[in-house]
Amino acid sequence: MSAEHLPTSGEYIVHHLTHLNTTGEAQKAVIDWSIFNIDSLFYSIVLGLITIFFLWKAASKATSGVPGRFQAAVEILVEMVAEQAKGVIHSEQSRKFVAPLGLTVFVWIFLMNAMDLLPVDLLPNIGQMFGIHYQRVVGTADLNISLGMSISVLFICLYYNLKIKGVNGWVHELFTAPFGNHPILWPINFLMQLIEFASKTISHGMRLFGNMYAGELVFMLIALLGGTATVFGFLGNVIAGSVWAIFHILIITLQAFIFMMLTLVYVGQAHEGH
Amino acid sequence: MNLNATLFAQIVVFFVLAWFTMQFVWPPIVKALDERAKKIADGLAAAEQGKKDLELASQRSAEAIKEGRVKAAELIANAEKRANQVIEEAKKTAQAEYDKIIANAKNDAEQEAIRVKEELRLKMSELVISGAEQILRREINQQNNADILKQIQQAL
Repeated sequence: MSAEHLPTSGEYIVHHLTHLNTTGEAQKAVIDWSIFNIDSLFYSIVLGLITIFFLWKAASKATSGVPGRFQAAVEILVEMVAEQAKGVIHSEQSRKFVAPLGLTVFVWIFLMNAMDLLPVDLLPNIGQMFGIHYQRVVGTADLNISLGMSISVLFICLYYNLKIKGVNGWVHELFTAPFGNHPILWPINFLMQLIEFASKTISHGMRLFGNMYAGELVFMLIALLGGTATVFGFLGNVIAGSVWAIFHILIITLQAFIFMMLTLVYVGQAHEGH
Repeated sequence: MNLNATLFAQIVVFFVLAWFTMQFVWPPIVKALDERAKKIADGLAAAEQGKKDLELASQRSAEAIKEGRVKAAELIANAEKRANQVIEEAKKTAQAEYDKIIANAKNDAEQEAIRVKEELRLKMSELVISGAEQILRREINQQNNADILKQIQQAL
């Protein structure tokens, strides 16, 4: 935003929804594999590092004696995830990887979602001072990030399908489930399996993306309300902003929890035959 | 909502973070939790054991008190019996002593009476004889009447 001309509402929103990418301007094509979103990656990696640092800090000082408040808080998280994982995944060997995965995913997504609670113009305006013209701070409101994670979960599911059922067992399942073992049904079964994997993965990523994207958009609309600089706009901004932010605390936690739970459930399904 | 290579980068980051957590975060925390759970379980077991021991001890002490009471009652009963016996014996001894003393006293008194009687008889006979002597001295020959005097003396 330059000082010589104030943006219209439409321009404001569009500007806020434009990623800082390696081309320096908004991406034209829907899919362009030559571009990276620098802002999403930056916040995703930084918050990921904060996540593991915070968890590692608790782990390095973990004692079986009386825990401090910080340790107790992390323990609550760990026990919550461990409890959920135990209910869904019955192989103890797999839980050694999948339960920590669930913990990471939960904390990481929670932190990325929580970026939504910062004032929408705070970090972009600070960036502006350093010559960064576009910036989006909520990593999970970028489809690349949320789909990236759900595709990772798909890989893990494929890995466990192969590991638990073996190549033969899994191929057999791909062609005989869910309708049964008959040459005519083989292609139909296979198609169904493909659709199942695709829909699981896409809905997994899209659910998180949609919620956070919509939440971010609502925050921008509320900010626009305040931007009118009228009494109505100011009160509207304060009231609507507070209500939405408080409600959003629930959303960010819930979405992080849902993503974690679905990760566990999908990996659990990979362990079971149809 | 454009897709680009950020997707692949995110996949890599995802696995790195998951690996890190699996390697360095999860095991120590879970270990600490398990150890604490075990400690708590042990503590609870110890408390249970302590409670049981206490119950046993109080049961034993109650038994000891009961036994002590029975013994004390027995002792008191025995002591009373013994005391009665002692009193009875003392009474008997006293009675015997009393009888003996009375008997002795009676005996002494009888002896004394006999002695006094004898003395009296002698004195009396002496008195009579001296009286008769005085009478006879004045009137008759003492030698003639000597056998009679002797007879009197013996009759007294």
